[in-house]
Amino acid sequence: MNLSLLVILPLITAITLLFCKGLKQVRAVSLIGAAVQFIFSFILLFFYWKERVSGNGSQFLFESDYSWFEPLHIHYHIGVDGISIAMILLTAFVVIAGVLVSWTQETLNKEFFFLLLFLSAGAYGFFISLDLFTLFFFLELAVIPKFMLIGIWGSGKKEYSAMKLALMLMAGSALVFVGLMGLYFNTNLNGVHSFDLMAISKMHIDPAIQNLFFPFAFVGFGIFSALFPFHTWVPDGHSSAPTAASMFLAGISMKLGGYGCLRVATYLMPDAAHHYAPVIILLSTIAIIYGAFATMMQKDLKYINAYSSVSHCGFVLLGIGMLTQTSINGAVLQMVSHGLMTALFFAAIGMIYSRTHTRLTAQLGGLLKVIPFISTVFVIAGLCSLGLPGFSGFVAEMTVFMGSWQNPDQWYRLATILACASIVVTAVYILRAAGKAIMGPITDNHYSSLIDATWNERMAAGILVTGIVVIGVAPFWLFHLINPGTEFIIHHIGEAVIIK
Amino acid sequence: MGIDFLILMKQEWAVVMILFILLFIKVGSKGWTNENILNLVNILLLLNFIIGLFGYKDGMLFNEMFKTNRLIVAEKNILSLGTYIIALQSYSWLKNSKHVLEFYMLLLSTLLGMFFMISAGNLLMFYLGLELSSIPLAALANFDLEKKKSSEAAFKFIISSAFSSGLLLFGISLIYGTTGTLTLSALSEHLHGGPLQIFAFVLLISGFGFKISAVPFHLWTADVYEGSPVSVTSFLSVISKGSVIFVFVTVLYTAFKPFAVSWYNILSVLSVLTMVIGNLFAIRQNNLKRFLAFSSVSQVGFILIGISGASQAGTASVVYFVLIYTFSNLGAFGVINLVSALTGKENIDDYKAFYKTNPLLSWVLAISLFSLAGIPPTAGFFGKFFLLMAGAGQGNYLLITIAALNMVVALYYYLKVVKAIFMDSNENPVKKLIVPPSPKLALFICITGIVLTGLMSYVYEYIFSMSTGF
Repeated sequence: MNLSLLVILPLITAITLLFCKGLKQVRAVSLIGAAVQFIFSFILLFFYWKERVSGNGSQFLFESDYSWFEPLHIHYHIGVDGISIAMILLTAFVVIAGVLVSWTQETLNKEFFFLLLFLSAGAYGFFISLDLFTLFFFLELAVIPKFMLIGIWGSGKKEYSAMKLALMLMAGSALVFVGLMGLYFNTNLNGVHSFDLMAISKMHIDPAIQNLFFPFAFVGFGIFSALFPFHTWVPDGHSSAPTAASMFLAGISMKLGGYGCLRVATYLMPDAAHHYAPVIILLSTIAIIYGAFATMMQKDLKYINAYSSVSHCGFVLLGIGMLTQTSINGAVLQMVSHGLMTALFFAAIGMIYSRTHTRLTAQLGGLLKVIPFISTVFVIAGLCSLGLPGFSGFVAEMTVFMGSWQNPDQWYRLATILACASIVVTAVYILRAAGKAIMGPITDNHYSSLIDATWNERMAAGILVTGIVVIGVAPFWLFHLINPGTEFIIHHIGEAVIIK
Repeated sequence: MGIDFLILMKQEWAVVMILFILLFIKVGSKGWTNENILNLVNILLLLNFIIGLFGYKDGMLFNEMFKTNRLIVAEKNILSLGTYIIALQSYSWLKNSKHVLEFYMLLLSTLLGMFFMISAGNLLMFYLGLELSSIPLAALANFDLEKKKSSEAAFKFIISSAFSSGLLLFGISLIYGTTGTLTLSALSEHLHGGPLQIFAFVLLISGFGFKISAVPFHLWTADVYEGSPVSVTSFLSVISKGSVIFVFVTVLYTAFKPFAVSWYNILSVLSVLTMVIGNLFAIRQNNLKRFLAFSSVSQVGFILIGISGASQAGTASVVYFVLIYTFSNLGAFGVINLVSALTGKENIDDYKAFYKTNPLLSWVLAISLFSLAGIPPTAGFFGKFFLLMAGAGQGNYLLITIAALNMVVALYYYLKVVKAIFMDSNENPVKKLIVPPSPKLALFICITGIVLTGLMSYVYEYIFSMSTGF
């Protein structure tokens, strides 16, 4: 299995696009590229299972390691475990859905699809990196395409949002950079420093140094994942972005942060993770509750979903902060679930907006009668968001809560209870939005002439709904996929604390 | 002597040969058209660059006045390459000029001076090279003969340059007075940190600070950059600055080794000031030349951090960064040069909706700016990363944090230009430009450099293998 293909395939597709003429060729090439990625990620999953079933117990599979900048001991080192595979699958799902949703992208279509595919290459590269330099390279690679996507094709105050997003994410990566420098210069492997994730994890870094650099790495990645109080780019960025870019942002890009918090900050600096756990839990609880209440006040569908993303990504960080195996499993599940759900939500909102030209709940109404397919998709996404059993959201949030409760500290339990309570608020805003926009009488006469979803929109929604339902009904396979990866992490965290 | 003499000084000989050829043309062939001369000069400069690539030799001449080694040859090659690119870019601007040959003669004398300066093994030789490189530059800055701003720029340049030369000379004379030698390799044994020596050292640092426009010695930069013709501005900001940085590293790492602690502190303060002030001023600029002037000030701040690393990685990252900076800055200046020569527009506002009319040039400019901002996969990312990494080796993480956050500020103003190009609308955008082959080639070289010097690790590894430790 050559993992580099995950990065190379989107890049080849993107470069092929440069030679295409007209929307038809461009979208055909993009779709083929996205489909190949989609199939490839399933092949990867298959081979991964095969290796695991045949008893291969090593932490990362399909590793390859090339020396990149030899004098500085920088390697291009890649490999996957279950967590990365879950993230890769998520990316593949969102990419193909994103391409399908932008099927009729007229203005500057070549550039649009080029940037989308470039962004996905960055995300794949990030999830397979086992060297911190490579990881950082791919993390920053994904910033500029987002800026361009929002700034050129966005709506509303797009320049402002694009700039805000780019600068806040860049500030995040600047903090991550300092964290990486701290890790690099405080490792000593036979006299040389290293960026290698596994090599760093095997040595015990002095807790005082961990405590110094953990906040940099965690907050840095946390900004990507809407850590309170650095979440402010999320609502503006998501709501100004074109549909596919919103899906990529919320579905993939925010997951880079969660993955980084887990894989780099928590895994490599376990003592500091214990030390700072109360702060992480406090901030993520605030994000969950504040996000939920802020959503209640929103009138624009995209803002509703954007603020609810803040709340939902809070669960990811809460799960990581609780530091039990179940809670971390839950965090990863929540990343996958939220990625699919929010992509679906944005897709549905995009479809509604392209027909009604408004996203304000007050102006919408009775859509179920005229565009039943899109309305159903919207409701499914909403129900998944509020954690209805049978959808992935329930599985993920339930796991986070159970894992969190396992942590016996009474304050942590209080945080868990508060986080649980936010679900009620979620139900309020989701049901209210669905009730106003989807049900009820048709508020505008020309809505009655709207056309329901086209084949590409049906396919995009179908792919994402399948993902959500499969995870919701049969979560065990995803759980088994993730569990060995989190086991290593938890084992490592526990070990580090025992040594102390 | 003999053949060694030729090989050791091959790059200087090449430049002198070209100078003579140009002189003969000036005297002998009145009938040549500008196109012919420009094409000939471009070929000669390409040859000059190629000659630099082959056959190097370590050695010294004239009692250690002149020394050379692999790294020095490579540094000169970077400058030759930059000069070649600038010559290609000046095509549209010089096509209708009456003084093409003079321009190149002045340019090449400057280059020759820089070569001697880099190769200097003695502070006197260094001073000589420096003067040879800065006086013709003042004439170059005045090259837009009809423009008042151009002569203003030249005047400011010559005054500030004379002032900084004076500081350097004062410092050098004090050093000679306290140690009795001017040979760089011998100085470190004689420097013990007496008050006079410290004073001399401060004077030297200020002199260098002027030349590389580090804050608080940067005030001349913006005005001179704005007034000079674009080609000269790009030469000033890339080649002239790069050469002084190379010498600065050598002088600090060899002669002032005993002062390592004090110059680390000075450099960290200077670098923070330079980054912050360069960035803050760059935000408010509307003229692209002024904008790039301040952005180049802030880039110097990052270079100073790399220098403060005081290690083999420090030297390597500085040389590597100057190479990348050459490609990135010349990529940006190349587009600005074209637009300025063909339409006369130089403001950021004029570039609004540039993408609608000139998509390819817009991407070139955007990629160059991304490289300056340090965004992957452009080479600028690697350059900045390694500079800061070299600095972080000293364990001063506060400095690194400040630098990393400054990159965010820098990104803001680079993105502002990108926003104007791609996202803003404009009633009266720059018309579609027809790009002659020479500037096209220059832009192609820049973009290739920006893409490949980073991703291909050989370049860095090669530079690292040549660099000497502290």
